[in-house]
Amino acid sequence: MSTSHLTDKINQALAQGRKAVMPYLPAGYPTKDAFWKHIQDLDAAGADIIEIGVPFSDPVADGPVVEQAALHCLEQGVTLGWILEELTRRRSTIRAGIVLMGYMNPFLQYGIPKLARDAEQAGVNGLIIADLPLEENVEIRNILQKHGIALIPLVGLNSSMERLSLHAEKASGFVYFVSVMGTTGVRDALPEELREALLQARQTFSIPLALGFGLHSPTQLQGVESAVDGVVMGSALIRHLEATGKVGDFLSPWMIP
Amino acid sequence: MKKGYFGDFGGRFAPELLMPPLLELEEAMGRIMAGEAFQRELTELLTHFVGRPTALYHCANLSREVGFGVWLKREDLAHTGAHKINNTVGQALLAKHMGKTKLVAETGAGQHGVATATAAALLGLECIVYMGAEDVVRQAHNVQRMELLGATVRPVESGSRTLKDAINAAMRHWIAEQAATHYCLGSAVGPHPFPLLVRELQAVIGREALAQFRERTGKLPDRVVACVGGGSNAIGMFHAFVPHEQVALIGVEAAGDGSPGCCHSATLSTGTPGVLHGTMTKLLQTPEGQILPSHSLAPGLDYPGVGPEHAHLQALGRAEYVCVTDDQALAGFMRLTRSEGILPALESSHALAHVLSLSGTLPATTDVIVCLSGRGDKDLEIVRQALAKRDG
Repeated sequence: MSTSHLTDKINQALAQGRKAVMPYLPAGYPTKDAFWKHIQDLDAAGADIIEIGVPFSDPVADGPVVEQAALHCLEQGVTLGWILEELTRRRSTIRAGIVLMGYMNPFLQYGIPKLARDAEQAGVNGLIIADLPLEENVEIRNILQKHGIALIPLVGLNSSMERLSLHAEKASGFVYFVSVMGTTGVRDALPEELREALLQARQTFSIPLALGFGLHSPTQLQGVESAVDGVVMGSALIRHLEATGKVGDFLSPWMIP
Repeated sequence: MKKGYFGDFGGRFAPELLMPPLLELEEAMGRIMAGEAFQRELTELLTHFVGRPTALYHCANLSREVGFGVWLKREDLAHTGAHKINNTVGQALLAKHMGKTKLVAETGAGQHGVATATAAALLGLECIVYMGAEDVVRQAHNVQRMELLGATVRPVESGSRTLKDAINAAMRHWIAEQAATHYCLGSAVGPHPFPLLVRELQAVIGREALAQFRERTGKLPDRVVACVGGGSNAIGMFHAFVPHEQVALIGVEAAGDGSPGCCHSATLSTGTPGVLHGTMTKLLQTPEGQILPSHSLAPGLDYPGVGPEHAHLQALGRAEYVCVTDDQALAGFMRLTRSEGILPALESSHALAHVLSLSGTLPATTDVIVCLSGRGDKDLEIVRQALAKRDG
């Protein structure tokens, strides 16, 4: 498997004249069974990459909606082992690229070499580890790479050119740009300085750039669309699911040029 | 050795958005804090505002009772009543020199919150303190003190509603408000450079204790004992003694009610390595890496992690870490109060309880220094309830 699988997925969406859509849902939300039904629905609705949240008890980069959802999943006994086992059984029925998004400690306790092997077998294409910065990621990135799994970098409004360049040297899959200075969770408006920061990141990375954190409406993207290849929606999707009990109709407004 | 590590422990496991302020802080430690002018200013504040050096007190009554020499390093006599003020005055001064206008902090027992609010008032900085909702109730008196000092106290309702959740909330706040804000972390935990920064600011405790004991006795103590939650008073006390290998270093953790499988806070004694709050250390966690809730009668010890340098000292065998239960700590509290007329914090009572457990087992020539990290006024309600429960 190549780490460019995620890049290909985003490029395919762009070739269709739209941004890649990348929904995020915590594993096991709202129930262990319903979760996989929702993943199938998101896939059928055209999700290009699905981010599966690996619940952690202390998610410091997440806002209240994702945190509460993650704690709810933990109460139901969701573990990384369960996620990988279930995914292994179901992966052939899911067209979208799959990324696991979580925090360092559950991955570390699973064992990084075992994680790389099992994740490859489960058809995982990438990992996002919210509390693993550049300085600490070399060993893990190398192990994952041998198994064709991309370690997706998170960058943000305060990432210097120097740090962007360091990330760009090693990054594969896509780069995840955090739209706000803060945690996950919807915002009414995105910061004014976002466009310039995105353009700077755009120039630095050769791989696609996805925007996430704080997104609840495609209209928020006005003025920055040209700098973005994909969009990630988490809290807004969870709220939609809580309000309507389904996810399939969530993606269509995001199929934007 | 990798940057920011103590052996296998430490590091900087923080969201990318926190890396710029962490790098900025590390740079400021080298550029500002290491400078002579800053050190002079800090010493001035420690002397005339904090009240340093704190006394090294020989407990004549208690020594007679246990059969060896017991000494107390009296951090309870520092301004605001605990060692926490050494750290907050230093960090607030550094923040001010860095051009920051706000401090954000977390607090468990409330002592760090009070100390941060105090330093902020002194240096004209805005102050926001996150505190687990459960601790807000347990330490209402300290909440009132913080508010009187001009701080805003924000109760944290998520998770176990204790110290670890307050740290999560404070880190989230810092991510969002980093330009004008310094995160005044309250213990020797967190991502690099915090464990180093807090250690450096608390090392004054051990430096003074070593010099004072030598001056009084002409020798080194045999044992140095301190309670360990996050471990800032202990690492501050131990640091000067680490090179003196003949001095035994003993950290005392909280074992809660002591029953197997109960929530407790004895991280080094019963935990396993993992990553929490930006650092690789020992943690109370499930095999899947979820952080377990902790419990202690002493709110300041109620934390499922520990400073990475302690994990390193344990791995090296340079320090030993033992456990004390809530009941033993309560007995320690009562014993010091009655024997010496000093009300210790429940946190420090754990260290005392360990020393009391050695009664009659050590040669009379043995000298033990206990870090009395804080005073017990804040804990009177907890003590009253615990005594009522114990006595039926």
